[in-house]
Amino acid sequence: MSVKQRIIIVVLTVSLVVVATFSLGLGAYHIPVGDVWGLLMHKIGLSNLPTEKALDDNVLFVVRMPRVLLGLLVGAALGVSGAGIQGIFRNPLADPGLIGISSGASLFAVLVIAFESLLFVGLSQLLGHYLLILGAFIGAGLTAFIVYRISLKEGRPQVTTMLLAGIAINGLAGAITGLMTYMATEQQLRTITFWMLGNLGGATWENVTAVAPFILIPMFCTLFFGKALNAFALGEMQADLLGMQTDRVKLWVVTLGTLAVGASVAVSGIIGFVGLLVPHTVRLLGGADNRYVLMASTVMGAMVLTLADVLSRTLAAPIELPIGVITALLGTPVFLYILIKEK
Amino acid sequence: MLRVEKLNYDVKGRKLLKDVSLQVRKGEMVVLLGSNGAGKSTLMRLLACDQKPSSGFISLNRQPLDEYDQRTLARCRALLTQQQQVSLAFKVREIVFMGRYPHFDAVAQPQDYTIVDEVMELCGISDFSDRVYMSLSGGEQQRVQLARVLAQIWDNPDSLLLLDEPISALDMHYQQKVLAIAKALSRRGYMVVLVLHDLNFAANYADRIIMLKHGRKLFDGTPMEVLNAKNIYTVFSVEAQVEMNPKTLRPYVKLEEMTLDGQLVTNII
Repeated sequence: MSVKQRIIIVVLTVSLVVVATFSLGLGAYHIPVGDVWGLLMHKIGLSNLPTEKALDDNVLFVVRMPRVLLGLLVGAALGVSGAGIQGIFRNPLADPGLIGISSGASLFAVLVIAFESLLFVGLSQLLGHYLLILGAFIGAGLTAFIVYRISLKEGRPQVTTMLLAGIAINGLAGAITGLMTYMATEQQLRTITFWMLGNLGGATWENVTAVAPFILIPMFCTLFFGKALNAFALGEMQADLLGMQTDRVKLWVVTLGTLAVGASVAVSGIIGFVGLLVPHTVRLLGGADNRYVLMASTVMGAMVLTLADVLSRTLAAPIELPIGVITALLGTPVFLYILIKEK
Repeated sequence: MLRVEKLNYDVKGRKLLKDVSLQVRKGEMVVLLGSNGAGKSTLMRLLACDQKPSSGFISLNRQPLDEYDQRTLARCRALLTQQQQVSLAFKVREIVFMGRYPHFDAVAQPQDYTIVDEVMELCGISDFSDRVYMSLSGGEQQRVQLARVLAQIWDNPDSLLLLDEPISALDMHYQQKVLAIAKALSRRGYMVVLVLHDLNFAANYADRIIMLKHGRKLFDGTPMEVLNAKNIYTVFSVEAQVEMNPKTLRPYVKLEEMTLDGQLVTNII
């Protein structure tokens, strides 16, 4: 990693901390940033709590904190797996949605919403909200697995076949999701829409702790594939000749990406553009070396999603806008700008 | 030493290589000649262990090729292929540095950096080491890839260096220079196998020439032994005159002008 790349990562990390701290205070109920620090200090036992701040304390630790943490986790997951998947496909325009992860997750989530009262009554009572998360997670894993199996030729995954199979599976999942939406009741439709547009509003400490390992472990593991993904840029054959065991690398990076994205779609719905745009921007800033791209995409993904969440809470407060709408509204112009500038 | 015995390779019922046997000794520079589709590149890929033969046996330095651990093999054999695309915006130095990847895990050693600088200087690419690979001309890209391949085995003279048409996009100066580098490496002990299309380059630089046709090895010998008008016609269907260059004591090939037969000409007109 070059000095410039190290500096970029440090700058991104510092900005991430600043953005996250500010975002703790912002929303329908405003807490000044000084008070946020005071409350945080109090929590770790460094200062006394003034009595009139009890409400702030409640809002901060029960509502905001899990939400901001979830945003950080989901953003990091989308950023790092986007970078990993782009490395595998040797294509800066690839993203986890491309191989069916997101659409599989949303299909299963919609199925759960539509048939919850009919088929899964027992399960629903047992698992509650977790049934939806579990469904989305299984959907993500299943579609990624099917796409991966279809792509095998003589035991070796073919990247182009994987891409085409992903597009096909996306189409199929989209059709079934559409059908479900069409048949859904008013109440179900509201849940489905809420979920398809992405939302961090469901964040609770239980959610955050449940999903954290599924995001953090794949995230840290993916960071170790930088060198292998660099060699991938030379083509799979040269990567093999450089001793990279490309089949294993593909399997791992896709599996880790599926885990992280599946988990984040499961808790926050579909949030587009982060997985595509963040690695792309990171590359424009500091170059293509994947050891840098993976790490910087993780930090920047977390930062971008935290920012988007702040906007979704404040733009039309007290109404919340779906975060997927924010990322798409902001992401599209930025992305088009980059495309035009790169021409 | 590289030993190849009775190599066969078929894809979907088509026999791309038939009963090819050959040897390359330490310090030897061997040139493969043959028309398009004769099986040269396929043979190179089999020698690199990128593809497994349908039947037959290959050993490198007395160890069967398929028993090598992938990483160990990467440190003693390198293959420059014809296609050299790089998809993301990597810089020249980063690409060359990838040649050192088999030699370290997370942190590169000082010698890796030294080697990268040496091979870049040798291939004449130091001046644009910070440019993005995709922005280079075809010939420059070819030299970058060559530098990467050289970096991979630079510190191990027992290695096998396979160069598939390494000079196809180069200007006169670098064509000669790359062949001179290959020759010099063979003198340091490397086993060098190249695919070339220019018969006179082959005549001047090769220790031995192997001529392939339709997946079979037809001729194998020193340039003087195998480069004659009859063999050239057999392999390429081209009329040639072969003289001996009195300065180098190697054959010198003069090609006759080719005329199209009457029917073809009418079709063109």
